[in-house]
Amino acid sequence: MSAPAGRIPRWVDVALIPLVNIALAFLVSGVILWFIDVDPLLAVEIILYGAFGYDVAIGYTLYYTTNFVFTGLAVAVAFHAGLFNIGGEGQAYIGGLGVGLGILAMDPYLPFIVILPLSILFSAAFGAAWAAIPAYLQAYRGSHIVITTIMFNFIAAALMVYLMVNVLIEPGSMSPESREFAPNGHLPFMHEMLGWFGLAMTPSPLNLSVVWAVVCCFLVWAFIWHTRWGYEIRTVGANETAAVYAGIDPRKVTMLAMCLSGALAGFVGINEVMGVHHRLLLNFTAGYGFTGIAVALMGRNHPFGIVLASLLFGMLYQGGAELAFEEPKVTREMVVTIQGLVILFSGALAYMMKGPIERAYLRLAGANRRLLGQEG
Amino acid sequence: MADFLLNLLLSFDATLRVATPLVFCAMAGLFSERSGIIDISLEGKMLAAAFAAASTAAVTGSAWLALGAGISVSVVLALLHGFACITHRGDQVVSGVAINILVSGLTVVLGIAWFARGGQTPSVGADARFTPIKLPGAEALADVPVVGALYSELLSGHNLLVYVAFAMVPLTWWVVHRTRFGLRLRAVGENPGAVDTAGISVAFLRYRAVLCAGVLCGFAGTYLSIAQNASFVREMTAGQGYIALAALIFGKWRPVPAMLACLMFGFLDAVAIRLQGVVVPVIGPMPVQLIQALPYVLTVVLLAGFIGRAVAPKAIGVPYVKER
Repeated sequence: MSAPAGRIPRWVDVALIPLVNIALAFLVSGVILWFIDVDPLLAVEIILYGAFGYDVAIGYTLYYTTNFVFTGLAVAVAFHAGLFNIGGEGQAYIGGLGVGLGILAMDPYLPFIVILPLSILFSAAFGAAWAAIPAYLQAYRGSHIVITTIMFNFIAAALMVYLMVNVLIEPGSMSPESREFAPNGHLPFMHEMLGWFGLAMTPSPLNLSVVWAVVCCFLVWAFIWHTRWGYEIRTVGANETAAVYAGIDPRKVTMLAMCLSGALAGFVGINEVMGVHHRLLLNFTAGYGFTGIAVALMGRNHPFGIVLASLLFGMLYQGGAELAFEEPKVTREMVVTIQGLVILFSGALAYMMKGPIERAYLRLAGANRRLLGQEG
Repeated sequence: MADFLLNLLLSFDATLRVATPLVFCAMAGLFSERSGIIDISLEGKMLAAAFAAASTAAVTGSAWLALGAGISVSVVLALLHGFACITHRGDQVVSGVAINILVSGLTVVLGIAWFARGGQTPSVGADARFTPIKLPGAEALADVPVVGALYSELLSGHNLLVYVAFAMVPLTWWVVHRTRFGLRLRAVGENPGAVDTAGISVAFLRYRAVLCAGVLCGFAGTYLSIAQNASFVREMTAGQGYIALAALIFGKWRPVPAMLACLMFGFLDAVAIRLQGVVVPVIGPMPVQLIQALPYVLTVVLLAGFIGRAVAPKAIGVPYVKER
């Protein structure tokens, strides 16, 4: 069915087919908007202005983007090892718990400069630990990682409700939230940091963690493509049997990839708990873990693609909120719908357009060659 | 003592109501997964059916049309899942996740566009719902000790779909274990190559399997929105599709054990509310969240092989590539 490899140039596979898939997802989204009597082109205009039109909007867009970079990288690292980590949501939740517990314990004693690296460490450790159990069960007990990570999402949610309602709640408070962190446990907001240099920016939730997201992209890129462990991860993902013959232990690789994945998901806690809310609370992950699946599929599991896909989803989240404000018929859930369509077309139906596009390319290329042949 | 027994009886009664959608979904998952197609999308199909049924009931006022709408929408999604996983050999888990996320967004978007009630559908009256049925002789037998209470309190007084759900279990068992279709269904989930060699279409068999799953999830969703409740509420499935999946695994992909697991998880849910604030010796106040998380924890423990062993159908999750 598919054309012989080698004759299809790389850009068709890497850029054209994914773009066609995403275009299909947006086309269907447009049809849905049209179906509920909203002008899709006007909606695009509102979303674009709402996401990039003014400085607060850009701040919000990048703040959402930060979360998606973390969860997208998390899903991608697991994908490289051939594992589907559907548990980013739970790992992010528990990662946030790690950050919160750490700061609640440290903020009376330690300065910010010590708290920051320790918090990053805590979020990574908690997220990784939450991923390590399903990883261990997959590697050594043969239980399916998709099912166990789904179960761990629910267990994480139940655990957090229990802890917030019974243990960590601020005494005398009505809502299940911990006490607010002292200022040395806050990650500085972007508008504050720009203020140090005399630049003015309207306050938005964008904070220092966006820098950490960029750093993580580089680290993941270097790790996956330029270290021995990354090579082992990719080998196991590509062909587990071959990996075994090459002397790689797939069980250890599973553990490594999942722990890394969980740690990356846990960094959502840095952005949300340390950067924005400054306290532990319920449901701060708000589905970012699931969006990470769409981001990773759309970004083809490469950090560069993930940044682009995260920006797109950041734009949709922020612009979508704006759209919901402008158009009473549209709600924020439209973004969730688009997300589902993106996963459907770039993930589940990824091969649907591959055959037709490759055949069309070969026909065009062949016609070109014959044309050139006749002229020469 | 009599008080305790009555409480227990009421808990069992609630268990049947809570377990009904789980039983439908577990049987749906059984058809799909026994044929080798992972079905994460039980949740999404059920949610879509719940929305379709509630909308139809609100507009037409007919419970039967609503049931038809619920089943149709669920079947369309099942076919989409099949189209992605069987025809295009896409990743079955990814496809399931896509359907779940798509539905959780789309039901709210359409709900607000059509009814403008924050994602809820209008409540429907009794004639547009499946209402409790009194089994014959329930009142006459009510005063008979033990048997009467069991019959009139526990068995009688549920709506039609509850009885349909529990009738589905022997039916599923019979179809999967006693018919030619069932034999082939199980074979295609274990060794599709052998089925193909015998001249039977793997794709057609698997399509029929996901179709069965679609119909059953349609029942589950309809039950949620117009039998157990009177309207659709956003995210009203609240993870029950995943619990059903857990029950299916817990029942080792067999109908009767899966139903028993559904009943157990339903019972945990029913008593969780009653146990709120109850002080247990040693532990102290009973954390309700622990009981709520118990189905998930138990499933993980089972999957880990610490209590028995759950072995999935061999070819599950692997797209079938016909040699050419």
